[in-house]
Amino acid sequence: MPGATFAGLSPERLSLSNGAVVLAKQVRTTPAVTINLAVRAGSVCDPVGTPGAMYLLSRVIDRGTDRRTADDIAEELDSRGIALAVTVTRHLFTVACTCLAEDFEPVFALLGDIVRAPSLPETEIATRKGEVITAIRQDEDNPAVRATEALMALLYPDGHPYGRRTKGSVESVEALTRDDLVRLHADRFAPGRLSAVIVGDVPTALVTDAADRVFGDWRKPEPPPVPVLTVAPVSGRRSLVIPMMNKAQADIAYGFVAMTRDDPDYYAGWLMNNALGQYSLGGRLGDSIRERQGMAYYVFSSLDANVMQGPITVRAGVGPADVDRAIASIDEELRHVSLEGLSAKELNASRQYLIASMPRALETNAGIAAFLQTVEFFGLGLDYDLRLPDLLRAVTVEQAHDVARRLLDPDRATVVIAGPYEAKK
Amino acid sequence: MVTTAEARPSVAPVRTVLANGLTVLVREEHTAPLASVWCWYKVGSKDEPPGLTGVSHWVEHMNFKGTTNIPRDQVKGIIEQFGGSWNGYTWIDQTTYLETATRDALDRMLFIESERMARSLYHPDDCESERTVILSELAGGENDPDQLLDQELTAVAFKAHPYRHPTIGWLPDLKSMTREDLYGHYRRYYMPNNAILVIAGDVDAADAIRRAEQHFGGIAPGDAPLPRLRTVEPEQAGERRVTIRREGTAAYLKVGYHAPAVSDAAFCPALVLDAVLTGAKGVNLWSSFRLPPPQRSARLYRALVERGLASSVAGALLPTEDPFLYTVSVTATEGTPLASVESALLDELDRVARDGISTAELDKAKAQLRARLIFDVDSITNLAHQLGYFETIGGVDQYLTLAPRLAAVTAVQVEAAAASILRRSNLTVGWFDPLPVGGDR
Repeated sequence: MPGATFAGLSPERLSLSNGAVVLAKQVRTTPAVTINLAVRAGSVCDPVGTPGAMYLLSRVIDRGTDRRTADDIAEELDSRGIALAVTVTRHLFTVACTCLAEDFEPVFALLGDIVRAPSLPETEIATRKGEVITAIRQDEDNPAVRATEALMALLYPDGHPYGRRTKGSVESVEALTRDDLVRLHADRFAPGRLSAVIVGDVPTALVTDAADRVFGDWRKPEPPPVPVLTVAPVSGRRSLVIPMMNKAQADIAYGFVAMTRDDPDYYAGWLMNNALGQYSLGGRLGDSIRERQGMAYYVFSSLDANVMQGPITVRAGVGPADVDRAIASIDEELRHVSLEGLSAKELNASRQYLIASMPRALETNAGIAAFLQTVEFFGLGLDYDLRLPDLLRAVTVEQAHDVARRLLDPDRATVVIAGPYEAKK
Repeated sequence: MVTTAEARPSVAPVRTVLANGLTVLVREEHTAPLASVWCWYKVGSKDEPPGLTGVSHWVEHMNFKGTTNIPRDQVKGIIEQFGGSWNGYTWIDQTTYLETATRDALDRMLFIESERMARSLYHPDDCESERTVILSELAGGENDPDQLLDQELTAVAFKAHPYRHPTIGWLPDLKSMTREDLYGHYRRYYMPNNAILVIAGDVDAADAIRRAEQHFGGIAPGDAPLPRLRTVEPEQAGERRVTIRREGTAAYLKVGYHAPAVSDAAFCPALVLDAVLTGAKGVNLWSSFRLPPPQRSARLYRALVERGLASSVAGALLPTEDPFLYTVSVTATEGTPLASVESALLDELDRVARDGISTAELDKAKAQLRARLIFDVDSITNLAHQLGYFETIGGVDQYLTLAPRLAAVTAVQVEAAAASILRRSNLTVGWFDPLPVGGDR
């Protein structure tokens, strides 16, 4: 049986007196270090009525602080070959970069300054608004984005934060003011919401000292929690067509509201989804739609279990003449998995793959940092990398079948098609 | 202090050439219990004759469809049981296949690649079914205005050299190509004396070479000499333009200049020039472009994005065997006319061609490139890629000596490169000028 030794990451975890968490792992593979600062302030924190606020903040947060101008920051980054990645997901606002290990201390201090004390200059807000609006216009012309966003809006109606566009709309972005962003930062950024993950060729003691210097004196009260919303069950099948006749290919987004990350069925769901739409080139769905029928360049499924019930979705890109046939095939595969379950052979193949792929997933500094942020965010424990194989091994064929039955019912699917396709009259 | 890790981009691999002509490059790297195998073929879209554009890429797809000893339905799972990933790509100069998995999969990876080289099946039904998959890939690319513009600009910038046609091929060729076309191309180019096998990771070099010999040693070399590409793109006589008017929601501008090949002495100065203009990217086609460049203080970012004319600007100079293009791609902000963006862009490019760069800019660009060369090889997969990629376009030494050559670039050399490349008579301008969606045509 194949297998490679995996000793475990055993990261260092330090909780500062103000609640900030620091996770450090020294890795000497390359003379570089990945710094990943995540604040629990994702797009779910957008105030009702101003969707896109957190996203615009992410475009402006690194354009000046109380101590540095935008030009100062640009020089500090560019002279070291660094590009910051500032990203917003549903629950996390992340400022991250990879730099040379020799630059760790000044770069970490810079990132700390950006997270704690952005100055949010008016001129920068105006320029970044222009960029965001252009990006929203590009999204409007992108069948994949249109299909996915429309699916989420249908699955999560009535103001549910998962149903809103992270970037907001042209109108909502135009209406945002500097005061809105200042208030959002003041309300949502606090040390108790920060986890700093540092992975690379820097001694752990140096990391913890630097973290104390950069974040130790940050004092702010804990922001109020974001309400956790549930979604009413869907009673029937829904379809939406977004005609985009200027496009060559249609995108299909097909899905269901699925589960939270702490759902007891999570590991069964993960394995089932892997076999259904990920394993090798798209699991069973890939076998049917790409390999046997040659209909699509891509087809896959994904399970996004989250703080609130996240979705399980199937995505495919197909020619306009194949849309109906592709959707019928997705229905058929899902119905089959739901009725018959997966074979032990398929489940074991997925299980073996997921377990054996851990050394690859944890090879690079950026890969380890992303893993540790997930561990911290969901409270999975510092030995999660060592426990994970057993959690996957414990899933039975029956449990995988049960979760398929629970999640995959084509009669209750929500289906969106965006592209050169028109709904049948 | 130069640590072992810092040296990653400059440590030479162990090189062996088997009796059948297969070049084997092995690089031991004991940082993770993994091994990465890449098998490279010196055939890309530039080797395709008229009527068969896209054949190399389609052949790549067919080489995942089973072999004499790996039945079609057992292709999947061999590498997955070792937690591995596998893939392949085709570009203008090369075609490649890779597997990265736990080190105990080394034999399986070598077996797969040896089968792929000599014994792929090309079942007629699979050829036919793959036609639709490739047409779908092409259509997906055309959904993206920036990609469409890139394709059209390249086709206009070259009038003789086959770099002009897209790797995926032209639609009519893809519709008419036959199984015999595909199989003929496969048999012509897939032979050990036209291939490079790269093995990197937690392996013993002598043992890896022995295993390579076991798996590949029995494959006969091809005897017919490969057709050699003789076309040299003639000097461009004047500015060229292409304007695409289609429905869309954003306006895109792209400019392309004929640029030095990897073996040209001007290549390193041109990389520094690109870093000054748009921020350094590194030189890893497989991974560099996944990381955004450091460009906040770069000239074109300041001239276009900071002034609100563009929402993004990106430069690209890739290492290629023959002279390809230096491109700058710009997305105009909502409401900004493309003519204004073009004027501001060309002003900056003319300025650097006329006046060169400052010492401070030179130092910053070099620091960026030094860091990016290290970030380029953060995994054994990326390291193995670099060794094989450069071997297909002029020799791995081009890669191993890149860091010191970049460190030695002078401002005078950059100025000379700028003056030589950024000439108006060497320029092709492309516009994607959107028509209102759903409007009158």
